[in-house]
Amino acid sequence: MSEEVDQGRRRLLTAATSLTGAVGVVFVATPFLASWKPSARAKALGAPIEIDVSKLEPGSMLKVEWRGKPVWVLRRTPEMLKQLEKATPFLLDPASDGSVQPAYAKNDARALKPEYLVVLGVCTHLGCAPMPKFEAADVTVSADWPGGFYCPCHGSKFDLSGRVFKGVPAPANLAVPPYTFVTDGRILVGSDSTQSA
Amino acid sequence: MPIKKLASALVAVTLLALPLAVLASEGAFEPAGNDVRNIASLQRGARNFMNYCSGCHSAKFVRYNRVAADLNIPEPEMKKNLMFTSDKPFETIRSALAADDGKKWFGNAPPDLSLMARARGSDYIYAFLRSFYRDPSRPTGANNTVLPGTAMPHVLADLQGVQTIVYKATEGSAGKGEFERFELADKGTLTPAQYDEFVRDTVNFLQYIGEPIEAKRKDLGIWVTLFLLMFTAFAYLLYKEYWKDVH
Amino acid sequence: MGTENYGSAQAAGLWGWINARFPLDKMLKEHVTEYYAPKNFNFWYLFGVLSLVVLVIQLVTGIFLTMNYKPSAAEAFASVEYIMRDVEWGWLIRYLHSTGASAFFIVVYLHMFRALMYGSYRSPRELLWIFGMLIYLCLMAEAFMGYLLPWGNMSYWGAQVIVSLFGTIPVIGDSLAEWIKGDYFISDITLNRFFALHVIAIPLILVFLVVAHILALHEVGSSNPDGVEIKKIKGPDGHPVDGVRFHPYMTVKDTFGLGMFLLMFCGIVFFAPTFGGLFLEGPNFEQANPMQTPPHIAPVWYFTPFYAMLRAVPSFLGTQVWGVIVMFGAIALLVFLPWLDRSPVNSIRYKGPISKLALALFAVSFAVLAYCGMKPPSPTLLLLSRTFTAVYFAFFLLMPWYSRVDKTKPVPERVTYHAH
Repeated sequence: MSEEVDQGRRRLLTAATSLTGAVGVVFVATPFLASWKPSARAKALGAPIEIDVSKLEPGSMLKVEWRGKPVWVLRRTPEMLKQLEKATPFLLDPASDGSVQPAYAKNDARALKPEYLVVLGVCTHLGCAPMPKFEAADVTVSADWPGGFYCPCHGSKFDLSGRVFKGVPAPANLAVPPYTFVTDGRILVGSDSTQSA
Repeated sequence: MPIKKLASALVAVTLLALPLAVLASEGAFEPAGNDVRNIASLQRGARNFMNYCSGCHSAKFVRYNRVAADLNIPEPEMKKNLMFTSDKPFETIRSALAADDGKKWFGNAPPDLSLMARARGSDYIYAFLRSFYRDPSRPTGANNTVLPGTAMPHVLADLQGVQTIVYKATEGSAGKGEFERFELADKGTLTPAQYDEFVRDTVNFLQYIGEPIEAKRKDLGIWVTLFLLMFTAFAYLLYKEYWKDVH
Repeated sequence: MGTENYGSAQAAGLWGWINARFPLDKMLKEHVTEYYAPKNFNFWYLFGVLSLVVLVIQLVTGIFLTMNYKPSAAEAFASVEYIMRDVEWGWLIRYLHSTGASAFFIVVYLHMFRALMYGSYRSPRELLWIFGMLIYLCLMAEAFMGYLLPWGNMSYWGAQVIVSLFGTIPVIGDSLAEWIKGDYFISDITLNRFFALHVIAIPLILVFLVVAHILALHEVGSSNPDGVEIKKIKGPDGHPVDGVRFHPYMTVKDTFGLGMFLLMFCGIVFFAPTFGGLFLEGPNFEQANPMQTPPHIAPVWYFTPFYAMLRAVPSFLGTQVWGVIVMFGAIALLVFLPWLDRSPVNSIRYKGPISKLALALFAVSFAVLAYCGMKPPSPTLLLLSRTFTAVYFAFFLLMPWYSRVDKTKPVPERVTYHAH
């Protein structure tokens, strides 16, 4: 009965129990936090989509929704592609160094095949949807407008490759999603390879 | 003292006996003997399901790509061999048959099979698929001792063959006697043992789709138990250490 | 400065700053570090704290389930399977919740049985007992409504049967049952309101009652297996000589108990979440079907003793309300225990043979009735149900008599305790 309290043992056991308990709490928290990740259904709904572009006229654009965002497919005419060079001196990030795109779209056309531009129609400033203003010198934008996209929210301007102009609020070019051509007239958006479709 | 012991014993025996009595009264069927950890069996079961069941039955909560991942089936192979509808791999298994048509043809829409094994038990399905017999009075020409009057035709008759019932010899009564056993009237392409194996694989797959996480849940449970044992051991030593103070 | 007056007397820093503004230190002392609990607590005294643990498990898992559950007749069943299959770790959260429901009743029934054994309901703990009974009522309502939410076939028909009970009340019954359902049958509307009650209204009341239960406990002090008041004999320091500080002594003991409990709880969650069809029933893996009753309807195990009593009582005078009265009476009688027990002693340890036998028979009758309520009706079970319903009621109704005439043993001055 007269034994001394072994404070060292007491501290050691307290530490061991508390530490194990703390690890247990982390273990328990993990599944709860992980349950917030996109579920199998969300992944299924966000799976790559196929777009038929075979009937798209040159110079016109198609909009589809993918993962809740508008995806634009613009079939560019040779004139439109020529416009890109003219716009280059006025661009903030002409080489797309500070912008989001797959490696294969890091070029002037920002595309796999220059004819088809595939971009997310989400302004890199605050997420508005820019409007297509393909006509050069469109007076609703400005007299020297080379043609491109114009965001009505805060006046950001993008060229026909979705590259942002200098002096506007948007900090980067429109993002290009991963995509690939399944056939000549069918684009798969959301995946680089036809394998994992 | 004796009354206290008697009383405690009475309570303890009742409390222990009752759940056992409840559990023991379950399971009127022969055990299916399937094993959801047997991946090869599950793969065969998936093939059986897709070839013989999914024409009429959906499994609307089951995604193809989940099955492919869990059963080690490469996705292209899954697509080529196991997906007959134009579904995408991330979609769930729908049947080729519209529910309305099913109702029209069979009188009952074929039920979804996602949870059949959980609702009725694997042993039940194992028994059901082995208990079809010839009954010309039924529109499908077949009946089932497990689910008498079932609307389901004997889809597996080609494999199993056709059974008839042998009734127990009854003392002079005119009506049908008690069920004694099945007799194989027409042989199928499989031997009875092969057919049982075929059904076992199929049931195994149905149990797997009923709860795809089952095997992983149990694996994880072992680690959780080991961890809790460690925690409880520390807590026990801590408890004993502190209670040295209490006299 | 004014703040110095508050701050200086206390410890400095954040701790002092908070305590000058909020009685955190005072509350901790009162309820944890300087709450004195009897040192002779045995393992039966664990179930109070375990109830609290299960409550927390149910609240946390419940909140996460509502994030993916859809309270509509069209989507509910599929959304539960969505949780089980598509949501990452959803199966674990759901199994924790479904196992938690049964675990809640297990620990609460054991907690209540402890009170019956050691007379914890007796003066001055009557209000503590009544708060506990209200918690039990809330728990039953919570379980009943929660059971409808998966929208399985057993959910549907279970709710149908229980709501029909209200329909047996003469005159107002039918309109009352209709009012509860908000429809002419258990429908989307019923499901929606049960959801609201299950996830918000009743949990709020439950948490409030739990706080009241603990405050009442700490006001009067815990009972103990000897049924003697430890507050009567205080040491020179003014604290009960037979008490130990809740922290660290009870906290370390309860932590060990928690570990044992979690071992069993996780064992069920990971190895047998349906528990042979007792915790999750087979028919509930089929979607609710108003056209087809499952071959055999039984409530979940924790309601079956009362369900057996319901079935044991025949209808007469053209109404079935008697069974309903007996069933609710069986629960209501518990509330009056503090006034039915006339024994001069608190604990079963010092009560006589009649009380001991009565308590044992009560426990047996509860278990047998639970079994009878699970099984399809049969003449044997009906006889058993009737016999043990009578035993159950006799335990309460005869208590004022047998508790007074029974022999008792002398109660010691102080608790009996043997050091480890």
